[in-house]
Amino acid sequence: MSHVTLDFRLNGTGRTELIAGGETLLSLLRHRLDTTSIKQGCRQGTCGSCTVIVDGEPRLACITLAATCDGCTIETAESLPGPGGLHPLQQAFMDHFAAQCGFCTTGMLMAAKALLAANPSPTREDVVDAISGNICRCTGYQPIIEAVLAAAGAGPSGAGQPGGSRPGVV
Amino acid sequence: MTVGLQTFETLRDASAVVGRDPSARFLGGGTLLVRALNEEAADFSTLLRCTDRVLVEIRASGSRVRIGAGVTMARILASRELAFLHPAARAVGGPAVRAQATVGGNLFAPPPYGDLAAALLALDARVSVQSGYSPRDMPLDEFLRTRDTMVRSIVSGVEVARPRGERSFRFLKVSKVRPKGVSLLTIAARLEDSAGRLSGVRVAYANMGPAPVRAAAVERALEGRRLEPLVVEAAAAAAANGCSPPTDAIASAWYRREVLPVHLSRLLLGVA
Amino acid sequence: MEFRKDLFANERDDDLNEVGRPTQRQDAQGHVTGRSRFFDDYALPGMLHMKFARSPHHHARVRSLDTREAAQMPGVVRILTSEDVPKKVHTLLILLDLGPDDEPPLAFDKVRYRGEPVAAVIAESESAAAAAAAKVRVDYEPLPAVFDVEEALAPGAPLVNEYHGRNWYDYNGYDFRKIRFGDVERGFREADHVVEERYQMSPIEHAPTETGGCIAAPDTAGRYVCYTNTQALFFSLETAARILDLPSNRLHFVGGTVGGGFGGKVDSVHEPLALLGAMLTQRPVRSAYSRAEEMQVSSPRGAERFYVKDGVMDDGRIVARYARIYFDAGAYSRLSPYGAVKAAAHMPGPYYIPNVWVDARCVYTNRTPSSAMRGFGVTGADFALEVQMDKLARLVGMDPMEFRIFNAYRDGDMKAHRRVTKNAALIECVQAAARIADWPLSERFQAMSSTRDGGGERGVIPPAPAPGPGPGKGASGRRVPPAGAEAAATTARPPAPADAPTVASPARSPLAGRGRMSSLLGTRRR
Ligand SMILES: Cc1cc2nc3c(=O)[nH]c(=O)nc-3n(C[C@H](O)[C@H](O)[C@H](O)COP(=O)(O)OP(=O)(O)OC[C@H]3O[C@@H](n4cnc5c(N)ncnc54)[C@H](O)[C@@H]3O)c2cc1C
Ligand code: FES
Ligand code: FES
Repeated sequence: MSHVTLDFRLNGTGRTELIAGGETLLSLLRHRLDTTSIKQGCRQGTCGSCTVIVDGEPRLACITLAATCDGCTIETAESLPGPGGLHPLQQAFMDHFAAQCGFCTTGMLMAAKALLAANPSPTREDVVDAISGNICRCTGYQPIIEAVLAAAGAGPSGAGQPGGSRPGVV
Repeated sequence: MTVGLQTFETLRDASAVVGRDPSARFLGGGTLLVRALNEEAADFSTLLRCTDRVLVEIRASGSRVRIGAGVTMARILASRELAFLHPAARAVGGPAVRAQATVGGNLFAPPPYGDLAAALLALDARVSVQSGYSPRDMPLDEFLRTRDTMVRSIVSGVEVARPRGERSFRFLKVSKVRPKGVSLLTIAARLEDSAGRLSGVRVAYANMGPAPVRAAAVERALEGRRLEPLVVEAAAAAAANGCSPPTDAIASAWYRREVLPVHLSRLLLGVA
Repeated sequence: MEFRKDLFANERDDDLNEVGRPTQRQDAQGHVTGRSRFFDDYALPGMLHMKFARSPHHHARVRSLDTREAAQMPGVVRILTSEDVPKKVHTLLILLDLGPDDEPPLAFDKVRYRGEPVAAVIAESESAAAAAAAKVRVDYEPLPAVFDVEEALAPGAPLVNEYHGRNWYDYNGYDFRKIRFGDVERGFREADHVVEERYQMSPIEHAPTETGGCIAAPDTAGRYVCYTNTQALFFSLETAARILDLPSNRLHFVGGTVGGGFGGKVDSVHEPLALLGAMLTQRPVRSAYSRAEEMQVSSPRGAERFYVKDGVMDDGRIVARYARIYFDAGAYSRLSPYGAVKAAAHMPGPYYIPNVWVDARCVYTNRTPSSAMRGFGVTGADFALEVQMDKLARLVGMDPMEFRIFNAYRDGDMKAHRRVTKNAALIECVQAAARIADWPLSERFQAMSSTRDGGGERGVIPPAPAPGPGPGKGASGRRVPPAGAEAAATTARPPAPADAPTVASPARSPLAGRGRMSSLLGTRRR
């Protein structure tokens, strides 16, 4: 079995690793490099728990071959907090009760971060599409959508937006 | 299962290996291939990559557009030239899958997949295939009918004519989960108009058989007619002719046949 | 969020510090930073992986089991079969003080559902373990299988689980969990309409985002540690200790971070065998479901079948209910006999019905064993009886919301399982829901209250009829046409109101003072 060297940047640090041809990004980052914010929920590409950002695009680490990431810049949830503390998305997820069991949370955060990088003021529909490959079984999607909109500065409850949730009714 | 990964600079070299080594597969974005690896269901031990530019180019000339087989759904969505394919490309997975899933892979994706392939089929796409050292072109229709043998070749790209007019190309993916889930069935239709009558009608389905197929009976029912209720009714009556839909976790073959005419009518009447 | 503090103000101290105020979850920061540690984040050096050889048959005799070829596969360290398991047959029910032991952690003489584990392969990697598991050779003799609860009860059905000796659970000498209250036969005779309907639930998979699993490892001083995502840490610890025949102080369970459970992570299937693997290899062992295993072999919600026969008066009163429940346990008990009891107790729903007869059977079939899921036993029952409520309302020509208010339990009412209703609030909930949904309620129903008109005649245990064959025999289950349904709403009378304004001391429940298990499972007496 052939091994190749892989050069990439992980959360701002340049790295070189020896990898096997069939090794997934999930296995490299989570199992070998201890980047445990990347969760493994299905290894089928269906749950989104392993979402990371590769060269600005959201990617599923479980179905991405590490070898295809040569020269790439990879970001995981470990890189979110800034010098001033939590990333606005992280704060918004806390404030809006967008993380119940927490298993989907880091994947959701990375999907949301990729969205906001490409589209700083998304509509509710944009947010729904951005997290449509991420499954959450506990929290329910509304608080997550609210949190992403809040972090984007679009305000909570989607006020003034078509399709915004009805406030005040529980 | 351990696999090796080989990288080639030219399509010719890569296709020579795919052609002679039954344990080799060409790697598109890998959404399906890597999944098979993870599930211990891989029937291959070597993956081949190719860095040839032709795979990732989108080239428009006049009314025709050529799309490299390695172009991803995300790149289709970023291309204004390909606006007519946006609904189909957006129907594939979530954003992360779209950043990885390629056009070439979609032509091989088994049910319940193949949404983009259905759209390309309804656009009368032609496929460029490299088998061994010889390149050739063929209608997508023919390619899909023989695709089991095509894994021994490499698709370099597809070429389509842009549909004429805004509403003349329609795409509908029916799914039980919103905003998106696995397809129950997918319909694409080219409904171009010539002096008030439909001409060159193409209707294609994904998930109504082992590979995306054209709905020949529906095309015949529409060709040369106007899109009026009676005509739509006749088309709907012929909707499932010749289809052998799968039974899977999403729906039974019976259910797919039952609901197909309803969705086809809605698509044709523009109320989908 | 809206708080209706005007309701039941005299029933509570209004000194709540948390309710109604946002509070940060204590684990929220861990979740958003990815630092919350799930079991799989404890990957240990030298860790081995366990994968199972599983039955491809729904029901088969195991003639022989050959692990020699699997043992020769690359990376294999150890293979476990039933021979290695100290307690070869076990039941989760023991934690509720119930038996019998009916499920082998690893099957030996027979397999009873598709996907049942027969051997556990421990190897250096997950893929090596899976590859070797595929090489375990089992000589199966397929047996006829049964998948339908009523077919399983029919004479001549294949016997699913020998430890029960028949295809249903024995509730202390009874074939079913019973509820007997009043005289249903008389109720049906006196009713203006009698309706019987059938309701069928499906097995539902919890599909937690994190699949079930654990990592077990040798610790110091002969102890073993287990990082697990069980929903019931001590429950799983006790189960493992029993299967391994170890004192529980030899085990140290670390958990609490569960990536979604919903009842699906109480079965403790991973911990005992991972610990056994760690004991026999003296290395850390990880066992976890793949997504496909989670979907196919982890316990789903049990599919229940309900037959609900109701007698209803033209004025809207439900006067009798006869319900038969068939709770599909699959091949093994797990916790299903308990779920069937809960379904039985729930059958009258939150409604006052003076005559109730319930027979709830817990049935064994060759389907995946079912177990707890949110609202264990109750959700299916609610589905059946709330759809039934809508049908009854339509039959007597009443608004469905008003029909529910009309029949709701009120304080002081005696429930069919012989508990006096306290703190009833259904009427107020329906009234509030109607207001939010802009659903018009007539004044009469808006004026009703949970605290009035209950108890009295409705607060006593009605006399039972002379022992007879019961409603199953004789009384036909056919639907009576809704004669005069249109006029019913206008002639409706209030439910027989209590003459006494309050019921100061309701009759002491026959259950009062009984032990914990009986209160969990209801009375063991008839
Ligand atoms: C979570 C998830 C959701 C999905 N949702 C959808 C969906 O909604 N709709 C849909 O249509 N599909 C869906 N898919 C399936 C799949 O992602 C797409 O069909 C995709 O387009 C496949 O392309 P790929 O490049 O990833 O294929 P790969 O996995 O790389 O390859 C698939 C097959 O095609 C062959 N192949 C790929 N490229 C070429 C080529 N140029 N020449 C010859 N052979 C080639 C490979 O050898 C392999 O046999 C989904 C997949 C996942 C994991
Ligand atoms: S683990 Fe990658 S998508 Fe589920
Ligand atoms: S919070 Fe549990 S899966 Fe989303």
